[in-house]
Amino acid sequence: MSIVIGVIVLGAAGGALFELIADSRYATRQGDAREQPIPFSHMHHVGSMGIDCRYCHTSVDNSDWAVIPPTKTCMNCHSQIWVGSSTLEPVRESYRTNQSIKWTKVYDLPDYVYFNHSIHVKKGVGCETCHGRIDQQALTWQEPSLQMRWCLDCHRNPAPNLRPADKITTMGYVPSEPQEVLGARLMKENHVQKLDTCWTCHR
Amino acid sequence: MSEQNESLNLTSIQNKLEQAKGSGYWRSLDELASLDGFKEFLHREFPRQASEWIDDEGRRNFLKIMGASLALAGLSACTKQPTEYILPYVETPEHLIPGKPMFYATAFPVSGIANPVLVESHEFRPTKVEGNPEHPASMGAADVPTQASILGLYDPDRLQSVSYIGEIRSYSSFLENFIGVLEKQKAKNGAGLRILTETVTSPSLGAQLQEVLKAYPGAKWYQWEPTGHGRRMGAQLAFGQFLNTTYKFDQAEVVLSIDANFLGNGPGGVKYARDFISKRAVRGGVRTQSRFYAVETTPTATGVKADHRHPIQPSHVDGFVRNLAAVLAGGSPSADAPVPAEAAKFFGALVKDLQAAKGKSIVIAGEDQSPEVHAVVHYINQLLGNNGTTVVLAASLEQKPTDQMADLKALIADLNAGSVDALLILGGNPVYNTPAELNLRGAIQKAKLRIRLGMHEDETAEVCQWNVPEAHAFEQWNDVPAYDGTISIAQPLIAPLYGGKSLHDILAAFTETPEKSSYQVVREYWQAKHAGADFDAWWRHSIHDGFVKGSAAAPVNATAKLIAPVAGAAAAAGGYEISFHSDPYILDGRYSNNAWLQELPRPISRLTWDNAVIVSPKTAKELGVSDEERVSIDFNGHSAWGSIWQVPGQPDGSIALTLGYGRRRIGRAGNGAGFDAYPLRAAATPYFARGAKVTKLGETFRLAAVQHHFAMEGRNPVHAGTLDEFKNDPYFSQRQSELPPKGLTILPETFKYEGYAWGMAIDLTSCMGCHACVVACQAENNIAVVGKEQVLNTREMHWLRIDRYYRNEVENPQTYFQPVACSHCEDAPCEVVCPVAATETDAEGLNNMVYNRCVGTRYCSNNCPYKVRRFNFLLYTDWETESLKLQKNPDVTVRSRGVMEKCTYCVQRINYAKITAEKQDRKVQDGEIVPACAATCPTQAIMFGDLNDPKSRVSEWKRESTNYSLLAELNTRPRTTYLADIRNPNPDVPSTEARGTEKNS
Repeated sequence: MSIVIGVIVLGAAGGALFELIADSRYATRQGDAREQPIPFSHMHHVGSMGIDCRYCHTSVDNSDWAVIPPTKTCMNCHSQIWVGSSTLEPVRESYRTNQSIKWTKVYDLPDYVYFNHSIHVKKGVGCETCHGRIDQQALTWQEPSLQMRWCLDCHRNPAPNLRPADKITTMGYVPSEPQEVLGARLMKENHVQKLDTCWTCHR
Repeated sequence: MSEQNESLNLTSIQNKLEQAKGSGYWRSLDELASLDGFKEFLHREFPRQASEWIDDEGRRNFLKIMGASLALAGLSACTKQPTEYILPYVETPEHLIPGKPMFYATAFPVSGIANPVLVESHEFRPTKVEGNPEHPASMGAADVPTQASILGLYDPDRLQSVSYIGEIRSYSSFLENFIGVLEKQKAKNGAGLRILTETVTSPSLGAQLQEVLKAYPGAKWYQWEPTGHGRRMGAQLAFGQFLNTTYKFDQAEVVLSIDANFLGNGPGGVKYARDFISKRAVRGGVRTQSRFYAVETTPTATGVKADHRHPIQPSHVDGFVRNLAAVLAGGSPSADAPVPAEAAKFFGALVKDLQAAKGKSIVIAGEDQSPEVHAVVHYINQLLGNNGTTVVLAASLEQKPTDQMADLKALIADLNAGSVDALLILGGNPVYNTPAELNLRGAIQKAKLRIRLGMHEDETAEVCQWNVPEAHAFEQWNDVPAYDGTISIAQPLIAPLYGGKSLHDILAAFTETPEKSSYQVVREYWQAKHAGADFDAWWRHSIHDGFVKGSAAAPVNATAKLIAPVAGAAAAAGGYEISFHSDPYILDGRYSNNAWLQELPRPISRLTWDNAVIVSPKTAKELGVSDEERVSIDFNGHSAWGSIWQVPGQPDGSIALTLGYGRRRIGRAGNGAGFDAYPLRAAATPYFARGAKVTKLGETFRLAAVQHHFAMEGRNPVHAGTLDEFKNDPYFSQRQSELPPKGLTILPETFKYEGYAWGMAIDLTSCMGCHACVVACQAENNIAVVGKEQVLNTREMHWLRIDRYYRNEVENPQTYFQPVACSHCEDAPCEVVCPVAATETDAEGLNNMVYNRCVGTRYCSNNCPYKVRRFNFLLYTDWETESLKLQKNPDVTVRSRGVMEKCTYCVQRINYAKITAEKQDRKVQDGEIVPACAATCPTQAIMFGDLNDPKSRVSEWKRESTNYSLLAELNTRPRTTYLADIRNPNPDVPSTEARGTEKNS
């Protein structure tokens, strides 16, 4: 009998510990700025230079992936500017040798999650909503926890996170009218559905 | 089930059939006899080792290990996800959008005949084959070997490097050596040079070979393939010239098949199936059907779809067709070879039907029939006025049509004479598949230098010094004709994985530019053919479309003559008759290392991983053997050992043997599967032989048949009737099962499906049991192969199975096919028993299976009346072999051990279409979502769509009077429903009544 009670108590304690650890920023990597082969700064490129997200992330509105740009995209500018920078040597090396730059994945969803960028963009979810103030991130970090409950919060109630199509890439966006009104209107205009069935994302 | 078979008594079975109540349908002889063991087998869904511990020790060990893993489970939560990397392109290739698959047109040739395909490519990694919808020979569908071809590309056992007597060499060192040999040969006009290929149909390859023969006039080019002789030589016998025959089944009112498995198999099979079923499907107000007779030496998927099918001994086929020819010509049946008694029943009716449909009928002889039978059939078609209307004759598609048996004998004579300095074996596996008594294996070693281009290190590679890896069809440029001569310029999908070379590459070594690529060879050939300023545009168009428009072979007129019977052919020899048949999936053995094909159940025998000694129940009784008992078959001084498998509908006194098995050297899937029947196939009797001796070996060898697996016992799954019954009572199929009162449900209110409501309908009249859907599903959904041992444990993973049901007499039963996958019930029995809500019906009616929630209780499977759920008892997915990872569909989760899985209606395709439509602010249109099974179905028997759209085709199908739910009495409201199987038997044939449905009340 005492063994049974012991197992139950241990199990409960284990469960609580499991929850605590699994939810911690340590386990989810929330806010974790990852080191990269080249210290690429969104703060500089987006914040200071004002380059639009879609200049590099070309397929964000028509594919699952927003796409990490090919080396060629870097070289469009960096064959002209900062050509002698040692920091950029890996870029030039990649272009010379035709070998990919090995970037560390920052937003790493589990393999059984099928996320599609294009439909989120189309329905009015801004880049900032999930990626945060990318214009203020020197090294890119993971803004949300990427836990399923975080996804579901929005999937069950998308209205607070919708913005007009022309403001998708805006950083520091402030709605021009109350979000309750705007959100409700965009829900209707964009035919936004509350999609919370399993096979929306898992298959 | 072997231990129970002893009590299987034919008389008792027949008695049971006489008194049959209930459905009258049965799946196997064991079921018919209702053996106790069979019942027990059924009641335990996963019969072996599924719910018990083998020994106490094992149980204790299990608890120990589980204890440890429970302790570790907490730890795993502390770890982060492993770091992953992104490697973007340096320069993105044109048109590529990462994450979006691209489809390229190409062709997969089998025996020189192109199967036109579109290959799905994810970032230039081919993952899935679809038919080419624009090609007249495919119309979007693909057959079984074509669907499985993608696994052949990633076969881990492919020959991976050039070797010389077992030592790895480079291709350039081979070339250097080979060119040296050629220089020496040049001096003697190439007199010591022999080239052996398979049947060559590629025009550019034919031109290359002619060039070689011009440069080396003493050299000889031979061709050999173990099958297809009957068709080739039959035309030669009848017309005096090699002709290619194609058929227009969409214009045929009466079809007679002489042992021909023409639906979905062989050249043009996909097109023929579509055309044939267009005259058979009873839908959309159509109230007519063509009539189909079949005379068969062993049951095939095609033959069992016939309105009247007759099993016939192989030796009687010749007599049967000659009698038919005589009667159709106005004479009377010959006295030497009378019509067999059983065939006599429908002979008169058949003749009447054929005569009434002159110019609108087809008589077709099978691939495994002799040239003589083919020749007589040509003559019959001529008598019926079919040639030029339903039967189209055109010039042969082969570059050098020839009697390949004569070719082979000539080569062996050359070899034995010691006159061969260098032998090039380009493709094929002649050491394995040539008649044993010719002893090619011995003769070949008399050639001083033996060079082999092949995909595997197989039986032929074993006796060759140089082995060069052959490129897969998806790794090379090629030009091949489809069944009707339409040329496909086939492009590669990927650079050769193992540096493979094509025949074009090797033959280029004979020229001044030995490293000329197959691309250059093919392009230059067509540039010469299609000279002109528009060549570039033409070339790009042809490659893009996958075929050259209007390139089908032009019809020719030819007159067939009735050939005289071969003297002495009728001489009886005693013993049993054996007939040879190529396997419907692995064909002559060329795909025997394809695990998908090995594990795909054969349509009739339901066997996987093995061939068997196929006999009728009566013959088995005569031999005193039961299923799985091993026997030795001796003929012509050779013997083969195989397990007995009784197949109802097999003619008595004859044994059907499947070729392509018993491989010694091919790879992990093919080695040791089945027994080799080639040694029994003598050069003089390659179609059938008489006088084989059968000896009991007194041992059993288990066969992995899936026929009892996942059975829906004692219900009435198939609804079937005749065309007349249907005309009298269009709703006849509704009366074949109990229907629950409408609205009966224990749920408080029925959920309203307001958006999309996905559903499927399957037309059983159109389903011909070819299994292309099953292998398409396997490719699309990353379904694991489990191996023979696990199939014996009822653990195969196919999400879709095709049940085969028999009805009525054991000697020649009516046979029905029924594809069954998850029915996506609205009131799903699986859902309510899952303790962790791992399976749930969503708002569109899809039964969502959530792998990450599944804890593997298997309650769902237990409660599923359709038996469509599959459990990963072990880690079936191969996570180790690198090449196999490349085949995986990135849009579908690869499952691991301990989770349940099942058909998803290809939810990845549904989501893709929904997202595409949403982005364009519209609804998904009908036909936009095609699940993998429906896409590849040659007869379009599977329809999928939105049930809330009354105009969708699936809604139309479901409004048909023949539409019924499987196990409707259970009130599960399945989203997949079936249209009853309707056949059109001739009322003049005496046995029709017995084949009706009155036993079915």
